[in-house]
Amino acid sequence: MQKIRILTAGDSSLLIEFGKEICPETNRKISATVQLMREQHIEGVVDVIPAFCSLLINYDPRVISYKEIRKRMQALLKVDAKAGEQRKRVFEIPVCYGGEYGPDIANIAEHAGLSEEEVIQIHSSRDYLIYMLGFLPGFTYLGGLDERIHTPRLANPRLKINAGSVGIAGSQTGIYPLDSPGGWQLMGMTPVKTYDPNREVPILVEAGDYIRFVPVDEAEFKRIKEAVDRGEYQCVVHEGEV
Amino acid sequence: MGIRILKGGMYTTVQDLGRTGYQSQGFPVAGVMDVRSFKIANLLLDNPENEAVLEFTLIGPTLEFTSATIVAITGGDFQPEVNGEPAPMYTALYMNKGDILKFKSARTGSRGYIAFSSYLDIPVVMGSRCTNTKSGIGGFKGRKLQAGDYINFRIKRRYLPFFLSRKLELDEFDQEEAEIRVIMGPQDDMFSRQGIETFLNSEYTVTSDFDRMGCRLEGPFIAQKETSDIISDGTVFGSVQVPSHGKPIILLADRQTTGGYAKIATVASVDIPKVVQRKTDHKIRFRAITVEEAQELYLKEVQELDGMRRIIHQPCKEVLECRLVAKRLRKLFE
Repeated sequence: MQKIRILTAGDSSLLIEFGKEICPETNRKISATVQLMREQHIEGVVDVIPAFCSLLINYDPRVISYKEIRKRMQALLKVDAKAGEQRKRVFEIPVCYGGEYGPDIANIAEHAGLSEEEVIQIHSSRDYLIYMLGFLPGFTYLGGLDERIHTPRLANPRLKINAGSVGIAGSQTGIYPLDSPGGWQLMGMTPVKTYDPNREVPILVEAGDYIRFVPVDEAEFKRIKEAVDRGEYQCVVHEGEV
Repeated sequence: MGIRILKGGMYTTVQDLGRTGYQSQGFPVAGVMDVRSFKIANLLLDNPENEAVLEFTLIGPTLEFTSATIVAITGGDFQPEVNGEPAPMYTALYMNKGDILKFKSARTGSRGYIAFSSYLDIPVVMGSRCTNTKSGIGGFKGRKLQAGDYINFRIKRRYLPFFLSRKLELDEFDQEEAEIRVIMGPQDDMFSRQGIETFLNSEYTVTSDFDRMGCRLEGPFIAQKETSDIISDGTVFGSVQVPSHGKPIILLADRQTTGGYAKIATVASVDIPKVVQRKTDHKIRFRAITVEEAQELYLKEVQELDGMRRIIHQPCKEVLECRLVAKRLRKLFE
């Protein structure tokens, strides 16, 4: 692991750089640090924003000075954050693949030289680490898509992709949290709202969690959607060790 | 009991200090661009520090008051008029039912603010009333205001003590050149020594690509050592990122939550209002200061605002003189 660097990002933020490569190990270290910061609660820290290889810490200079927070973070980063590393949450996301829900699945299958069933089987057979959220509210940057189904973006992006769409862009896969233009190859749709501004917790997942896509048929999709609309649906979450 | 929007102006939104705590989930912080003007507007009315205001850009709105309230107007000079008569800024201003408050285009500065003593009745979404039009949340229906919109007040509050004292000096925004103090980093080590020198010793011009997300500058090429691409990391209000084209972009209130270009420096908090009040073709020069200096400036401004709060809570000279005369007269009759 590379040396961790504490960088200055203005008079109210520090940027902690954990490395310069995207890898699960770095990401775990970042998640563990976030958890440790929650437990230790440093007075004056306003917000903590994890990314692929870094952690941005916003603080209030009225409460804590640059020197002081730097010192606190240096001490905190020395702590062996083993305890935090063991926690793993996996969110099951039901997806209805293909058909009108995933109009580009034929593209993906053709590009991969596989059948649609094989594409679905590959996509739904592993857990994806959420490296970070960004770009759109609740948009998850997932790592670990099987190389066999990497697919370039659409040459001509769609003006509107519906919220809940599950797609592939290059080596990435993800869920659209809200209606948005975009060039992702759409392979399916989830009835689960990964983002709901009216829910107490607007975003279901956080960086460091995992997502598991579970294939469902159209009838099941509709049943879950109705439960979601009534506000009664609870995602299946597995908690365990990494 | 509120305000009706007769004209929306160019870009008028409900804002407060922003939606903090959700950037890690992909929500732009948003909030006011000029925090200083925002704070002064609220303190003139003894409002809570984070009370929502209207922010307008370049061309101001026209508002009709359907009930009496007190307002304070700060920021750039949008030549406000009440029922056709010029109205003062940086002062508590009583508005009657039926009054029409009209703003024109910005004579100086580019953003204006109006705070209300009766508070705007805007729902709190994830801890804030601020509008982010990109994700369509917060403020008035997640969008900018337009003619016909109506915003209620939350409370009746038409009295403020020391009313005549509630006047402050105007902040000036008429300079076309500004020195913007920055703290170098976090990725200044990705630029060559010559690149850093260029950045700190050149004049940059504000382009028309200047909105609530960011401000693009035109000027000498800032040389990178190899590349300006980084693995995306979190952005802050005032990050100065320099993509491979070598021209700086200052990230502002509605910035994307993460960015993939190296950030050569960060604007000192106290100088962000100077940046956001620029206009197209205005000039900017950057000067590096230490983070300790920037924090000292910030704390000094906090004290300055506390001082303003004291000033507007003292009886003004006119009232004091009357009291003094009354005291003397009373002695004569005792």
